[in-house]
Amino acid sequence: MSRRPLVRECPPTTWYFRQPRYLRYMSREITSIFVGAYCVLLVVGLQRLSAGPAAWEAFLLGLRSADSIVFHLLALAAASYHAATWFNATQKAMPVQIGEDFVPGNLISGAHYVAWAVLSAVILYLAGVF
Amino acid sequence: MSNSPPRSQPPLAAPPGGAAASLGRPGGSSERLVQLEVLRYNPDTDTEARFQRYEVVCQEEWVVLDALNKIKADIDPTLNYRWSCHMAVCGSCGMMINGEPKLSCHAFLREYEGVIRVEPLAHFPVERDLVTAPDDFMEKLKRVKPYVIPKEKKPISEGEYKQTPAQLMKFRQYSMCINCMLCYAACPQYGLTPTFIGPAALTLAHRYNLDSRDGGRKERQEIVATHEGVWECTFVGACSEVCPAHVDPASALQQMKITSSIDWIVEHLIPGGKSARDTVSREDAGDIS
Ligand code: SF4
Ligand code: FES
Repeated sequence: MSRRPLVRECPPTTWYFRQPRYLRYMSREITSIFVGAYCVLLVVGLQRLSAGPAAWEAFLLGLRSADSIVFHLLALAAASYHAATWFNATQKAMPVQIGEDFVPGNLISGAHYVAWAVLSAVILYLAGVF
Repeated sequence: MSNSPPRSQPPLAAPPGGAAASLGRPGGSSERLVQLEVLRYNPDTDTEARFQRYEVVCQEEWVVLDALNKIKADIDPTLNYRWSCHMAVCGSCGMMINGEPKLSCHAFLREYEGVIRVEPLAHFPVERDLVTAPDDFMEKLKRVKPYVIPKEKKPISEGEYKQTPAQLMKFRQYSMCINCMLCYAACPQYGLTPTFIGPAALTLAHRYNLDSRDGGRKERQEIVATHEGVWECTFVGACSEVCPAHVDPASALQQMKITSSIDWIVEHLIPGGKSARDTVSREDAGDIS
């Protein structure tokens, strides 16, 4: 008997609507757009700084606009979500075995959250926030 | 989309609205009328698949596989599907149940409401009805050399290769795979890029790489650390969510990305550095960056 298997294609542009978990994955990936946009903003800021005091002041004024504040809030939310997905993944990517047992995954991810909080506090301190 | 009813059906009254209904039986385990919508495809006569609706009286504690067995025994003997152990061990009864890859012997009817849609595993060619062709997976399994390649061969007279419990625990989880292919059906990357070696085969490569008796990582890296290997994985993580054996393929693949990246750094950035991948072409190594 000849074989005539039926191939059912995975829809290339709509596959992520098939399962809520695929939408969660896409939302994680989409946050990288905001992270990328914020990096571009930082580079532009550096370029403005090197262009002299007037250019820098104009840049700072732009940052205080309503649009800029909305963008920063969105970028902060996106970056936080992105970071959380990374930290949650660390327990899978970097398991620590001691003897026959593995260190509980929550401890590994938790350590990353603690390091995140400490580093953020240091940066805010250096920036003169407190 | 339901098609013409099967040739013979038991005289059952369907509840209005088509939902599964409990038919309590005094003193015994309760029964329920279950409706299943099953994908049918006959390669000899069909050019495309169609859904067929069945109504079958099931015991409350049954799984989807029991319902299919009852359909085959009492209603429609032409229905095709694979199964063997009925205890989530053999890995042969994987199907899409309401769009989710599941072992049908482990999918309890009581967890579903309304019409239950049963389809063959996604991302594999359909041989007939719920039977898929696993050839691609079998081929990929072979390519990752899923067996111990001893570091040093020694004669049998020197005895066995010993391993401590701690050395065993390092890879034990990754050795629990039952080759059910649910992870492939869940992985959109495999669906979109069929050349991807995929979760279970790569995880098995990792299982042997982690084995203290094994020295075959270098050989496996030629498959693992390529575009078709771990770098096709974008960490959707669906494989680990659907795996019935708690293998967690996503973790194995992320760990292999880390070791493969370290290989690349050693190979390219450390003068005179030789990595496990020193037999791999530069083009493939570039994929890592
Ligand atoms: S890794 Fe899990 S889901 Fe994938 S084939 Fe093995 S047992 Fe099945
Ligand atoms: S019949 Fe063996 S796993 Fe389901």
